[in-house]
Amino acid sequence: MGFPLLSSLVFIPIIGMLVVMFLPKERHQVIKWTSTLISVVPMLISFWLVWDYFFKYAGDAAMAYVEGPVSWIPILNIQYYLGVDGISIPLLALTGLLSTVSLLASFNINFRVKEYFAFFLLLEAGMMGVFVALDFFLFYVFWEVMLVPMYFLIGIWGGPRREYAAIKFFLYTLFGSIFMLVAILILYFTSEPHSLNILELRATGSAMSYSLQMVCFIFLFIAFAIKVPVWPFHTWLPDAHVEAPTAVSVILAGVLLKMGTYGMLRVSWPMFPEALRSLSFWIALLGAIAIIYGALVSMAQKDLKKLVAYSSVSHMGYCMLALGAISSVQAITGCMFQMISHGLITGALFLLVGVLYDRAHTREIAAFGGIGAKLPIYSGIMVFFSMAALGLPGMSGFISEFMIFIGAFSALSKVMVGISVLGVVLGAAYMLRMVQRVFLGEFDQKRWGGLTEINFREIVTVGPLMLLTLWIGIYPKPLNDLMAATLENLVDLMAR
Amino acid sequence: MEFQLPEYNLLKMLPEIFLFVWALVVVTFDLGTKRKTGSTVGYLALLGLVVTGVILIFTGYGRGFGNMFFNDPLALFFKMIFLGASFMAIGSSFGLTHQKIVNHRGEYFGLILFSTVGMMFLSSSNELLSLYIGLELTTIPLFVLAAFFKDDKLSVEAGVKYLVVGAFSSALLLYGLSFLYGLSGTTDILLMKVNLAVTQLKFEGNIGIILIMTIMLLLAGIGFKLSLPPFHQWAPDVYEGSPTPVAAFLSVGSKAAGLVAFAKIMVNGLYVFYDPVMTPNDWGILVGVLAAAAMILGNVVAIRQNNIKRMLAYSSIAQVGYIMIGMLSFNELGMSSVAFYIFTYMFANMGAFAVVAFFEDKTGSCQIESYSGLAKSSPLLAAAMAVFMLSLAGIPPLAGFLAKFYVFAAAIKMAGTDSAYHWLYWLVGIGLLTSVFALYYYANVIKTMYFSTSDSPYKLRLTAPALMVVLIGLVGVFLFGLYPEPIMKFASNIPASLGFIID
Repeated sequence: MGFPLLSSLVFIPIIGMLVVMFLPKERHQVIKWTSTLISVVPMLISFWLVWDYFFKYAGDAAMAYVEGPVSWIPILNIQYYLGVDGISIPLLALTGLLSTVSLLASFNINFRVKEYFAFFLLLEAGMMGVFVALDFFLFYVFWEVMLVPMYFLIGIWGGPRREYAAIKFFLYTLFGSIFMLVAILILYFTSEPHSLNILELRATGSAMSYSLQMVCFIFLFIAFAIKVPVWPFHTWLPDAHVEAPTAVSVILAGVLLKMGTYGMLRVSWPMFPEALRSLSFWIALLGAIAIIYGALVSMAQKDLKKLVAYSSVSHMGYCMLALGAISSVQAITGCMFQMISHGLITGALFLLVGVLYDRAHTREIAAFGGIGAKLPIYSGIMVFFSMAALGLPGMSGFISEFMIFIGAFSALSKVMVGISVLGVVLGAAYMLRMVQRVFLGEFDQKRWGGLTEINFREIVTVGPLMLLTLWIGIYPKPLNDLMAATLENLVDLMAR
Repeated sequence: MEFQLPEYNLLKMLPEIFLFVWALVVVTFDLGTKRKTGSTVGYLALLGLVVTGVILIFTGYGRGFGNMFFNDPLALFFKMIFLGASFMAIGSSFGLTHQKIVNHRGEYFGLILFSTVGMMFLSSSNELLSLYIGLELTTIPLFVLAAFFKDDKLSVEAGVKYLVVGAFSSALLLYGLSFLYGLSGTTDILLMKVNLAVTQLKFEGNIGIILIMTIMLLLAGIGFKLSLPPFHQWAPDVYEGSPTPVAAFLSVGSKAAGLVAFAKIMVNGLYVFYDPVMTPNDWGILVGVLAAAAMILGNVVAIRQNNIKRMLAYSSIAQVGYIMIGMLSFNELGMSSVAFYIFTYMFANMGAFAVVAFFEDKTGSCQIESYSGLAKSSPLLAAAMAVFMLSLAGIPPLAGFLAKFYVFAAAIKMAGTDSAYHWLYWLVGIGLLTSVFALYYYANVIKTMYFSTSDSPYKLRLTAPALMVVLIGLVGVFLFGLYPEPIMKFASNIPASLGFIID
């Protein structure tokens, strides 16, 4: 075994947190730069993992860079067991990238700076941990660890209703987690010898009786669906997104929501094939409802950030639709593409909304107009990402939605997929309407004459997201090759 | 029959004897120096506890006084908890002594030590009478301690209330024990098991009524000590009125003692009913209902509390509900999980109470809202409190989570192996659901400390003994959350030593 790369992804941010905690409180710049530089390390490691994995392991569905299993709590046979495959590798890189980007975007935090950056690094550790854990208990621990810094980040640095949003997020997610805990316990006592190794549990789960499979599957589904969030479990999302500070919204949309869909693909989908088969229609239906519902609600929003938040509900709906089309590798691949592309695009949109909010101190769509003339660079970038979000060909959103629809069309009810496609049209409608009302039209010189253009640091934060969006949009093959073997294996497992 | 003197083996009792003598030393030292010793007497008490702990380790396993006094893994484990709780309670009492009880330091610390001795005897005794005496030695000093602020109406009320309730419940317990004696003809728990099994009692006629009464009386007697609903009403008032470290000691030490009594009398002593007439299930479901009530009532009512001591009182009622899930699992995992739970609970709860006690000493307030903005003015205090709250709420990777997981695991295991125990699923379900409620009020404390934009008027720096207690709490909560192995391993010896697994 070589250098424990995966452990370092988790523990470097934790060490960073400890370092930041011991920095002098009033040296804001030192704290900001230290934590950003620390987060660069796991980011580079995660990039290197993508590179290395692509050339060495991408053709194989087996776990790579495995660490452990080392016995952690022997009495309960709980292990410290890490490993990655084609579905966790790109999400790790996304987490690494968005963490650094968000830390850079947090430089305008000007009170309780030390706590903010310490919590942020803890959050990063938790996210990385979820994507590398292969022991279900460990997975659960990371899943929960992340809630605490998130609670603080929303609650201290958030908007006017931050206390409400923070506790709602915390309670809602914990409510989901208790279902996961029950499923963990059932799986643990069903497996023989008792184990919580996710890979071994695949055999345990699929050998269970149908009714027990259903119970476990539904319990896990509730836990993951709350995180995604799948309609009707989405009500925490608008509150949390709107109240959270910009960088936290980016992480919420870019990484946290993905943990729900990742959990499904990693844990429950391949574990309970029978239950999955009988429920796949309903899962896809929830996805279809989310697509249309999210898009319609987005259209009615007056607040820019809320619009982006509800568009997330719609976009994650595509993922759920794809996850319902279990027989199609194409749809599942599309789901992975959508997860990554949504992370990039929505992350960028939240960053850009934050940029405007910092200057204008309002996010009300109706308050703006004609900004395009005053802030050409900012508007250009914003329009770029709006186009990406509505699925313009040549950008990542198009690829993922296209793959999902092609896959789902063959695997699912044609009517349902047909209706879901309307979501694309609606998506175009709310995005274009927003672009038109904010960037075009008459410019209010008196009110917005003092607006300043997007600065260099802010361009640096969205730049990489822009490049990746374009790259995946134009040349998706490398990403596809990265995940192909793993996803094929997953689909085989689901078809057992 | 020839009467044989039992082997006394006094050496096995050395820790108790030493601590008893030391308690006398502490009291007389304070008197002898004309009450001018300052906090020296407190440090003396702490030293005594440490020395007792060392003696305890070297004493090892064994038995004395025939079958009356056992030093088995159960006793050893719980004695560690009692010593630890006592240590932390005394450690957080130093601020108190300066302000309010200047002239009675010796008695105050001495009484805590006496109560600790009682708990230690209780956990070692395997005989109904000595067990009862241990329980009394535990609670009688606590009556006095609860009323220690003589000029404070609330404290006096707490003392009287606790005295009345405590005496009443002891009477009930004693009545129940007398029935047990009548049925089995012995007070030795091991012998009692055998005798009860041989006599093949049935739920018929007078014997049936007596059986039911026995169980009811025992349950009520111990239920009061555990503050298990509907026997919980005294707890919030007593916690609120007593000196805060005493409330802390009540919530951990005295509760652990009640659990030991429950395990010894109910789980162990009555388990033999398994074969002929009664399964533990018959009264297990009854206790299960009480445990469910504890979790629901404790967690829901705690949400409404403004006073942090009352909140912690209700939280401790709820925590007993969780512990009872493990107890009612009636399997090896269950008994070890109970021990592990109370062990980790000690760190989190004593730590939280230490913060509350320190805050109260400095500011005179126990209202949750006066903690507002504490994170900025006193970061360490607030951070420690936040960690304790999260551990009590059961958020990983803190020890409180692992304890809950362990307890639930035990219950699910039992429910899965024996269909008669399916009701445990419901209990686990209620436990999990109410733990979401619990998060609300624990997080509320964190919210008050961290999210407030206004500045706190208090800039508090922890003083040495309080800092020590808080650090012990923090280390325990983190260490046993991340590396629980040694304690879990130790705790896994307990069921066998309790001997309640017959087959």
